Amino acid sequence: MNQALQSSPETGRKRGMDLLSRATRPELEAAWQALDDRPAHEMLRGPETGLVMVRGRIGGGGAPFNLGETTVSRATVRVADGAIGHGYRLGTDRRAAELAALFDALAQSEQHQPFVEEALLARIEKRQAEDAMQRENETAATKVDFFTMVRGED
Amino acid sequence: MYVAVKGGETAIANAHRLLADRRRGDRALPSLTIGQIIEQLGLAVDRVMAEASLYDRSLAALALKQARGDMIEAIFLLRAYRTTLPRFGTSLPIETGRMQVERRVSATYKDLPGGQLLGPTFDYTHRLLDPALLDDEAVEEPALRETDGTPIMRVSDILDGEGLIEPDGNMPEDHLAGDITREPMEFPMPRDLRLQTLARGDEGFLLALAYSTQRGYGRTHPFVGEIRMGLVEVEFEVPELGFAVSLGEIRVTECQMVNQFKGSAKAPPQFTRGYGLAFGQSERKAMSMSLVDRALRTDEFGEDVVAPAQDEEFVMSHCDNVQATGFVEHLKLPHYVDFQAELDLVRRMRAKHAAEQTPDTDQQEAAE
Amino acid sequence: MENRNEGFTGGFPDAVYNSQTVFRTLMDCMARPGSLGLVTPELMPPSPLGIAAGALMLTLCDHDTPVWLSPKLAQSNVAAWLAFHCGAPLTREKSEARFAFLEAGAHLPATGLFALGTQEYPDRSTTLVIEIEAMEGGRPLNLTGPGIRDVTPITPRGLPADFLHQWTDNRALFPRGLDVVLTTGRQMIALPRTCKITALEV
Repeated sequence: MNQALQSSPETGRKRGMDLLSRATRPELEAAWQALDDRPAHEMLRGPETGLVMVRGRIGGGGAPFNLGETTVSRATVRVADGAIGHGYRLGTDRRAAELAALFDALAQSEQHQPFVEEALLARIEKRQAEDAMQRENETAATKVDFFTMVRGED
Repeated sequence: MYVAVKGGETAIANAHRLLADRRRGDRALPSLTIGQIIEQLGLAVDRVMAEASLYDRSLAALALKQARGDMIEAIFLLRAYRTTLPRFGTSLPIETGRMQVERRVSATYKDLPGGQLLGPTFDYTHRLLDPALLDDEAVEEPALRETDGTPIMRVSDILDGEGLIEPDGNMPEDHLAGDITREPMEFPMPRDLRLQTLARGDEGFLLALAYSTQRGYGRTHPFVGEIRMGLVEVEFEVPELGFAVSLGEIRVTECQMVNQFKGSAKAPPQFTRGYGLAFGQSERKAMSMSLVDRALRTDEFGEDVVAPAQDEEFVMSHCDNVQATGFVEHLKLPHYVDFQAELDLVRRMRAKHAAEQTPDTDQQEAAE
Repeated sequence: MENRNEGFTGGFPDAVYNSQTVFRTLMDCMARPGSLGLVTPELMPPSPLGIAAGALMLTLCDHDTPVWLSPKLAQSNVAAWLAFHCGAPLTREKSEARFAFLEAGAHLPATGLFALGTQEYPDRSTTLVIEIEAMEGGRPLNLTGPGIRDVTPITPRGLPADFLHQWTDNRALFPRGLDVVLTTGRQMIALPRTCKITALEV
């Protein structure tokens, strides 16, 4: 059993949506094309681009303050079996938000969940982990190793 | 009498056509792509995002291209664009303590958990022009090093253990974070609104103010407690779902400036802090912001306002470069009628002045 | 499942153009108090919210406008619909509300409890959207004031019991005070705070 099915429906869905927000447009398009039975669907909202005000915390951990906005695109779809999917992601790519919403809807059906997991979620998770590791190792190479210089005689 | 004038349509159209031509420049050279700007002029993109107060690397790069590299014009374009979009809501506060760190240095502790991570920095370069860049020479891949997985602890948490440093800034329990893009400025301004204003403020203006505090215009004795730059997750509470989803990651730079404080009637001797946070890799901006943030906290520490950087109304009212450029640059637009009126006024004043001068001179001469 | 969906469906088919059309209609109604406005876009707000009231909600409410709903509306799917389509926060505090919605027959709280604006910012007051039974067949009322050449007669049926009395108090606050939109089905009329209402003897 995969991770998403073991966890509660809510955390499983959150994990899926979190990962879909990181999917690239080509990844989403490819998975959509690879789907045998692309379901009929209607848009309930969007796809549309808007703003989300990003908050920081005073001193890093204190009271919230408004740092500045970011562009966000989102979409909500209803697929043939009635499931409703939401897609939210940074940036202005509305098609990617629409595809993410479709996969969020599909991931709610037992029939399509394994496909979404295999074709998208697992891959994005792997790529993300690799990217993070690469960045971490690049940064670690710039870590300062201090040498203690002994001065004078004892 | 007021005479309305029209005209200049053709001149304006042709001026814009000429502008497009000059922007494109020599057609024999390839046109810049947005991707090239994002990848190779990344810090310019970051500055535009920070001061436009809009995080979108592609749009910031487009703005830079359209503005021919004029930063303030690019910032203006992005600010104008944001007004066309609806706001979906507000993110959960980003957690810089959980940042995927790409650079982290502290000037106060040599050995600190996670270490000094220099990252992609101009520090320690010799500032010698590099002729290798004249050609498209191959660039080495970055060096890699295994990490030991030590969490990169926030420096303020280290000092906090001893109680020597003030805690992270809190606002009163019932305080809602204000938003200067929604409500007009009022003074005195709470710290959350000041930070929002500084975060979008002009880097040059804040740098100059920060510098002035170091040169004695306002008492500070600052140390960089910590600078960190890297990726943080933006989470958004989706009303229709009832839980927060991640929208993706953004790059931010954070500066914790630690200041010695002798104590006053209001607070005991301790280290106080100024805070800076900016979109992108914007270190100079985050540092300047943290110095100015600290300087502006005179009220909290019972300090006298003796320098420009401490004057809240002065700093807040003048740090926005879009506002500033709008007011300064409007002066070049036609003021023909205003000036005609002034001209007429000055002529009349001169005539009156001359008329008053003449008898005076006569009297003086008579007296002699 | 069906109930949950009600919060998601029934919005404007074309959010941008439809909301502009409705905004224009409302603007005309506000400019000429008592004149009848008609909402044309196809939308299906969850009951008991009427079509015109729903259209106003989609057009006017957003993330920056806390909304107060009458107790009955707050318990209906309207709350979810508002959250999904407008992203507007609900508030229990009438004094924080920029907009307030009441279904037909709902009790009208004391208008003084809503946001009434300040002398500096009289615009920071609540706009009340009240569903009534019909635009005709009620007690004849005469409207006078800015935007009305002589007098505009209206005959709304199903106004909240002490509406006229409360309106008199509201008028006394000028330039502060509430603005009201009366809706029924697809119809609306606006009663801006400048409007004087005189009840005629029947």
